[in-house]
Amino acid sequence: MTNKFYHILAIVLVAVFGLPSAAMASDSHEDGGLDVKEIIFEHLGDGYGWEVPFCHAYRIPLPVIVKAEDGKWFSFSSGSLTDVVVVEDEETGKKEMHLVPVIKKVERDGKTYEFIIAKVSSHKDKVVEIFPLSSEEEAAVKAQADSISAASGVALSKTVVPGYVLHDGVYYKEYRTFDISITKNVLALFICVIIVMLMVMSVVRFYEKKGLKAPRKGMGFMEMLIDFVYTGVIKSTLGAEKGRKFAPYLLTCFFFILVMNLVGLIVIFPGGANLTGNIAVTLVLALLTFIVTNVMGKKHYWKEIFWPDVPIWLKCPLPIMQTIEIFGIFTKPAALCVRLFANMMGGHMIVITLILLIFIFAAFGAAATGASVVVSVAFTLFMLALDVLVSFIQAYVFTMLSTMFIGMSQEDGHGHEGADGETVPDAVEA
Amino acid sequence: MELFTPDFGLVFWMFIAFIILFLALAKWGWPMIIKNMEKRADIIDKGVEYARSAKDQLDNARAEAQKYVAEAQKQQAEMLRDAAKMKTQIIEEARKEASSEAQKVMDAAKLSIEQSRKEAELQFRNEVSKFSIEIAEKMVRQEMKTDKAQAELVNKLLDEIEKN
Repeated sequence: MTNKFYHILAIVLVAVFGLPSAAMASDSHEDGGLDVKEIIFEHLGDGYGWEVPFCHAYRIPLPVIVKAEDGKWFSFSSGSLTDVVVVEDEETGKKEMHLVPVIKKVERDGKTYEFIIAKVSSHKDKVVEIFPLSSEEEAAVKAQADSISAASGVALSKTVVPGYVLHDGVYYKEYRTFDISITKNVLALFICVIIVMLMVMSVVRFYEKKGLKAPRKGMGFMEMLIDFVYTGVIKSTLGAEKGRKFAPYLLTCFFFILVMNLVGLIVIFPGGANLTGNIAVTLVLALLTFIVTNVMGKKHYWKEIFWPDVPIWLKCPLPIMQTIEIFGIFTKPAALCVRLFANMMGGHMIVITLILLIFIFAAFGAAATGASVVVSVAFTLFMLALDVLVSFIQAYVFTMLSTMFIGMSQEDGHGHEGADGETVPDAVEA
Repeated sequence: MELFTPDFGLVFWMFIAFIILFLALAKWGWPMIIKNMEKRADIIDKGVEYARSAKDQLDNARAEAQKYVAEAQKQQAEMLRDAAKMKTQIIEEARKEASSEAQKVMDAAKLSIEQSRKEAELQFRNEVSKFSIEIAEKMVRQEMKTDKAQAELVNKLLDEIEKN
């Protein structure tokens, strides 16, 4: 009874809140149309500020840390790189807020350094150091822009000239700074680190306080997960002794990925950063597995690579097997990296696209919008629920495959455990 | 495609964040949790084993107790039987003794009765003989009132003696 009521309430709320935003979307449609690709990539990508819930124009400022061309380090708030301007629609009189980049000028040692978030540049949405051009240079760049624009058919205001950035109709020479800013993703990383730390340490503290009692509820779930990964994956693949040796790395991987995946699914502030759907994050994880696998590799592992157990003609005059094996060393972590990245990014992309459908259908009037709101939200909820499952599965798969790779590198050369170990990842990859 | 080109800043911070998390958890987190979980698993295993052996022992004890009870019951039954036997025996003996005593008493009584009967008889005989003599005297005196009768008697007696 109450369930039914909540269902109806949810649909009504969605429809009510969906309609005005659809109307807004149709407004923006008039001035230039909806750039679907731009919106998707903005949501999937990183940013120098963190969007405040329910207001697209305002961002939580985060520290920007960059190294200028002459090697000096600069740190300032990302808020000083952007400004909010209110644009009033001439026809309807509606006010809309836009976030626009502004030039950040820093005086140091009598020299002025200028930074900006590049928009029309080959380093889109990154902080670049800019240098004003002399009039002759500017004329040359403009001529270049004209020719590129004419050749590609892109509007002049959006034409990218390599090495230069266009801001407010003026071209500047750009330098891509060495950038280790605390961006949205970096802050989300730190938040995830803290969450994982709290989760694990809460269990540890429980043990310290209550000894050998079994934890209940949340901590019990945590322990169940740890046991699931440790007993089910690590110990069963590596054995008890090696399992204990590699467990810290693998368990950290599992929980870090799981938390990053799940936090990425939360839409507003502490979440919303597409972490594991960012190739940099998965690259580091895969790289660490690669390092652990190869640095800890036993003699037998290297023997299998450079002198595998195959007929001699496959390895002696022409190193066919060796080539394949050496490729294998790199393809395994690469597959790890891409699998996690693609799965998580795909999930986010589907959700964003489903929501964008509402705004696309807004062009066809209120009825179409209302209907698409209900359908989109239903599908989005389903996708998000599926993504929760995928989050867990991907964390599990990453951990399991890492364990397999480490297990293969840890074999002592007797027995045929390797044959079994190798068949499983193939099955999973398929 | 900016999505497919890893951003150096993020790689750098991710590396640092992961290493910090890993070191912290490898030192204070995972080993402790694993140790604790394994210890608890051991204790639970041991507990199960202990419970099983305790149950076995309990079962054994129960069987033993039952054996003792059965034995005790057997003994009790035996004792009861013995007691019953003894009882009948005692009764029998008592009865026998009583009867023999009674016999003795009866015998003595008989004897004394016999004696007294004999005495009585003797006395009676004496009485009778005395009476008979008196009677005979009287009769003889009456019969012998006449001389003729006396002579007849003497004759008769003499005849009798002659016949003998």
